[in-house]
Amino acid sequence: MSTGNNGRVSNPREQWQQAFEESRLRGDGFQTMSGIPLEPVYGPADGEFPGVYPYTRGPYASMYRSKLWTMRMFAGFGTALDTNLRFKEIIKAGGDGLSTAFDMPTLLGLDSDDPMALGEVGRCGVAIDTLADMRDLFADIDLGNITTSMTINSPAAVLLAMFVAQAETAGVPRARLGGTLQNDILKEYQAQKEFVFPPRQSMRLVRDTVAFTANEMPRWHSISISGYHIREAGSTAAEELAFTLGNGFAYVELARQAGLPVDSFAPRLSFFFNAHIDFFEEIAKYRAARRIWARWMKERYGATNERSMQLRFHTQTAGVSLTAQQPEVNLIRTAIEALAGVLGGTQSLHTNSMDEALALPTEKAARLALRTQQVIAYETNVAHVADPLGGSHFVEALTDEMERRAEEIFARIDEMGRGSMLEGCITGIEENWFQGRIADSAYELERAFNRGERTIVGVNRFLEGNEEDNLDILKITNEDERKQRERLSGVKSERNEPAVVDALDRLAKDAVDPEVNLMPALIDASLAYATVGELMNTMAGVFGRHVEVPTI
Amino acid sequence: MAALRVLVAKVGLDGHDRGVKVVARLLRDAGIEVIYTGLFQTPETVAAAAVDEDVDVIGLSMLSGAHMTLAPLVVQAVRARGADIPVVLGGIVPNQDVEELHAAGIAAVLGPGAPADEVVRTITTAARGERRHQGV
Repeated sequence: MSTGNNGRVSNPREQWQQAFEESRLRGDGFQTMSGIPLEPVYGPADGEFPGVYPYTRGPYASMYRSKLWTMRMFAGFGTALDTNLRFKEIIKAGGDGLSTAFDMPTLLGLDSDDPMALGEVGRCGVAIDTLADMRDLFADIDLGNITTSMTINSPAAVLLAMFVAQAETAGVPRARLGGTLQNDILKEYQAQKEFVFPPRQSMRLVRDTVAFTANEMPRWHSISISGYHIREAGSTAAEELAFTLGNGFAYVELARQAGLPVDSFAPRLSFFFNAHIDFFEEIAKYRAARRIWARWMKERYGATNERSMQLRFHTQTAGVSLTAQQPEVNLIRTAIEALAGVLGGTQSLHTNSMDEALALPTEKAARLALRTQQVIAYETNVAHVADPLGGSHFVEALTDEMERRAEEIFARIDEMGRGSMLEGCITGIEENWFQGRIADSAYELERAFNRGERTIVGVNRFLEGNEEDNLDILKITNEDERKQRERLSGVKSERNEPAVVDALDRLAKDAVDPEVNLMPALIDASLAYATVGELMNTMAGVFGRHVEVPTI
Repeated sequence: MAALRVLVAKVGLDGHDRGVKVVARLLRDAGIEVIYTGLFQTPETVAAAAVDEDVDVIGLSMLSGAHMTLAPLVVQAVRARGADIPVVLGGIVPNQDVEELHAAGIAAVLGPGAPADEVVRTITTAARGERRHQGV
C-alpha cells in the first residue's frame, strides 16, 4: 500500500482510480451489446489492479480504453521495393505499425552475393545490403509518424545504423524515430540460432545499442526480449517465460555494468511472447511475466521509475501450431491464440496467416490475418474491461504456478552465474543447458503427439478434407536473388571506394577498444555505402565467430 | 543386418533446428544410427560427411524456402563423389514442389506433421532404394 495525495494510505483500488482518471480515453459509454454498462476493471478494493504494482493485471490503469493494441503485421520478402509496396498496403488496410522481416543472409550479416546466400536472398524476408536498400524499403513512408520494428539480432547494430542514416538523409532526426530493434542475442544462441559473433562480443554490441538509444533516441525500444523463438524451438510455456525474463535480467545487468542507471534504459525495454494454443496457460504466462518483472526490477535492480517495472509486450500467434493440412483451420487456431494475447493484455499483436506452414503469406492470407484482429478489437467488446479473467480461481492459480516454475529456473540460472543472471545466461549457453532443455521439451511434445495423447486437427484426427488442400501460395523465384545481386554490384560500382575503406578501418579500430561505442562508426560507414557483409566481416576480424557444437 | 546409418543435415543459413533434432531422436529411438552435421553446412560438406561416414541415407531439414535451390545441389554433390546415397527432404515444402524435387533426384519428401512411424518408414524405404512419392 502506498500513500495517496492526502497523506493517508490508499488501497489498490484508489491507486488505480487515480491513475485511471489521469488517463486519456479513446471513448466513453463502454457497454455490452445489449446495453449493460461496463466498469473499466472489476475486483475487490484490496486486490491487484492494472497500472498498480506489481502490474499483474496490466501495465496501464486504463488498458485498451485508452488505446487498443497495435496491429503490427510482420512483412518482408524479395527486394526492398517489393516490401515497400507491402508496407504501404498494410498502412492502407489500417495497420499502424510496420514490422520488418529480413532474409536469412541479412539476419546472418551476409551480403546477397555471398556464396552462402545462394537460394536464400529475399526468401524469408527482405534483403538489405546497403543504405540504398534501406532507402527503397522506406520510400514514401514518413518514419517520424509511424513506428517501425526491425527483427534483427546479430547485425542489429548495423541495421539500426543504416536505419538512422536513412531517416536522417530523408530529414527525420534520430530523436523522432519510434520503433523497436529485436536485438536479443541471447535467445539466438538458445533457440533461433542466427548467431555470428561469440556471446560476449555480441553482448558488447547490445550494450552499445542500448547506450546509444538511451542517449540519442528517446522514442526507441532498444531490445525486444523475445520468448517467441524459444517457444517455437520447442520449450514449454514456463520455460519460455523464465528463459525470456532471465535474458531480460541479463541485459539489465549488462547495461548497469556499462554505467547506465537502471531507470535510464529499462523503460525502453520491451518483450515479445508467443501465443500458443493452450488458451489459459498463455494468459497466465503473460500475467506472471508482468508480476515477476515488476518485482525483480524493484527489489533486485532498484528501479524506482514505474515504467521500468511495467512489462510491455508484443505477441505473435504460434507459427508451430499451424498445419499444412486443411490450412483454413489455421484461421481458427490463430483467432483463439490472438484472443489469448488480448485477454492477457498485449500491447501489440501479429497474427499469422493461414498459409504459413506452406510458404510466406499471400496478400489475401495476410489481410485475413489482420481482419482476425479487427474482429476481436471492434466486434467482440473484449477490450472494454481490463484483465477480464483476473480473479478467476483457475487463472489466478495458474498464474501463481507459472511464477513458481519460473522462479525455480531463475534460481538455477543464478546458480550457474554465481549470483549473476548475466553470467548465468552466458554460462548456460556455453554449456548447452538452455539448448538441451528446449530440445528435451520439443521431443516430449512430439512423443505425446505420436502416442496420440495430443490431438492436432487435420493431422492425427479429423482428416476428412485433407485431400482437398489446394491453397494458392506465394512463389518467390530466384529472379529476386538475381535482381538483388545486380543492385548490390551497381551500388558498389558507384560508391566512393576510399571512403568505404576509411570507414571500415575506423570501425576495426573502434572494435578493438571495448570501451568505445561502435554506433557512430557504423552510422558513418553506412553513409559511405559500406555493405552489411563488409561491416560484419570487419567486426568478425576483431571479435571472431561463434560455432555451435552440434548436439542431438 | 547392421543398423541403418543416417546423416541428418542442415544446409544453408536456416537456423530452425527443432525439426532436425526431433527427427534425429525419433530415428535413434527406432534403432537407427544418427549423425547430425550441425548448422550452416554447404551441399559439399554434407556430401563429404555422408561419404566419409558411409551412411545409408541423408536427411535434409529445410524450413527457409531455399529447398528448390539447395536440395538438388546436395544430390549433385553426392553423385559427383561417385556415391548414390538417397536424399530425403523434410520441412516446409509445398506440394507443388514435390514433383520437381523427385525429378532432381530427391528420394522422398516429408511434409509438416509427418508422424514418427512415417518418418522411420520413409527413411527405411529410401535406404532400400525405393522411391516413394510422399506429399505434404
